[in-house]
Amino acid sequence: MDDVELRELVPEVLSVLVRRGADFATAEDAVQEALVRALSAWDDGLPSDPKGWLITVAWRAFLDLARSDASRRDREFRYDTEPPTGLVPSADDTLHLYFLCAHPDLTSSSAVALTLRAVGGLTTRQIAQAYLVPDSTMAQRISRAKRTVGRAGVDRPGDVRTVMRVLYLVFNEGYSGDVDLAADAIRLTRQLAALVDEPEIHGLLALMLLHHARHRSRTRPDGSIVPLADQDRSQWDTGLIAEGIDIAQAALARGQLGEYQAQAAIAALHADATRVEETDWVQIVEWYDELLRFADTPIVRLNRAVAVGEADGAPAGLAALAEVDEHVPRREAVAAYLHEKNGDLELAAGLYADAARNAPNLAERDHQTRQAARLNQHLQHHR
Amino acid sequence: MAKYLLLKHYRGAPAPVNDVPMDQWKPDEVEAHIQFMNDFASRLEGSGEFVDGQALSPDGVWVRSDGEGRPPVTDGPFAETKDLIAGWMVIDVDSYERAIELAGELSAAPGANGEPIHEWLEVRPFLTAPPTVTD
Repeated sequence: MDDVELRELVPEVLSVLVRRGADFATAEDAVQEALVRALSAWDDGLPSDPKGWLITVAWRAFLDLARSDASRRDREFRYDTEPPTGLVPSADDTLHLYFLCAHPDLTSSSAVALTLRAVGGLTTRQIAQAYLVPDSTMAQRISRAKRTVGRAGVDRPGDVRTVMRVLYLVFNEGYSGDVDLAADAIRLTRQLAALVDEPEIHGLLALMLLHHARHRSRTRPDGSIVPLADQDRSQWDTGLIAEGIDIAQAALARGQLGEYQAQAAIAALHADATRVEETDWVQIVEWYDELLRFADTPIVRLNRAVAVGEADGAPAGLAALAEVDEHVPRREAVAAYLHEKNGDLELAAGLYADAARNAPNLAERDHQTRQAARLNQHLQHHR
Repeated sequence: MAKYLLLKHYRGAPAPVNDVPMDQWKPDEVEAHIQFMNDFASRLEGSGEFVDGQALSPDGVWVRSDGEGRPPVTDGPFAETKDLIAGWMVIDVDSYERAIELAGELSAAPGANGEPIHEWLEVRPFLTAPPTVTD
């Protein structure tokens, strides 16, 4: 059994404890303790029934936690040491956990952390490493999140939309340290799609698969960015692409379009082109127009301007860009690209330099600086 | 061991010797610089002297409280004359001399025409608890 298989047992074990009457917050701590113990104890050999082992250890940990809590509050301890049998958690129990962790009263960062621990089966340390914060900070964030959920009432959990938003946030965090958050987000979205049959969830899953299929070609080993047009498409994971396209098509066929499905359709059109010249930009623009109906944001409009520039030429792209909010991140980078495409190299070089100055991260800054340097050298040679 | 903060400034530091904006460098000079910076950090990780390094956006504002029940007052973005920190590296080294040596190496990152930039970096020792003396 690998770490991922171990993680997959976590929501079920947690559901068993809650079914037995344990409160969510304490049960979740107990399962985390069992998980951490399993990670070290199982190195010497797997128990014959891993899930049973986890349930037993988690239940004992829960009893310990509940006892010390009860004595602190001077309350009668009311749990039997021998748990009631025959209470098997259902799919609805797991779904309920998702909803709790994406409770609308939680901030995004809290919902993400709680989801990764309670449903994702990650340890506090792994989550802390992935988000580059100290372990104790992440532990506090998670216990505060559970207090918030407890106060707000477990009867009023989030809904599928908030769950999807949280999973998408996890996915976009990508890779950091030893934990591949994108892979975990895909695993959890797969599980969610199996629990709730809604086209948008399938759209989200397809979108993740299609993006993930290209991740190897998106950066060089030194961390530098490779733009879509320059990516080595032979590195794309054709298995993931085929699966993503199938899922997206099946979802779209149901005629209930939403923002994730529209984004998946765009990702599918990119993934479908074996060479960048074969990209169907006209269809991509049409999908951006659909996407605008559901999510009219400056970022969508910015990406649409790029697509328009490819489909109808740089002047049309620049006209579309003129409609985009001045302050959206990466606007200068897009403007530079479109002006270069339009033959206005001096203007483009200046805009690349601006884009470098205002880049949101170092990889992007380096990339835009390279673009500016490339154009400036070209201009010098032709002066 | 003692910790030192190496500070790089967008502006406010004395002008570097080789003072050409990076977008005016040749592409291979840009590559050489990025490579040098990556190698420097990994070399310090390898020698057990690296603690942290971060780059800061040039955007920033001044903030102060405006009293209870009122939103904080902000002022900015920073005026052009303001000293502006671009990023930092924290190192944990054996001596002050080692901190100065490393800052010197970092300052010699290659720039335009393949020549070292010789930019000014600020080196600030951390305040520390007094050493425990037991006799």
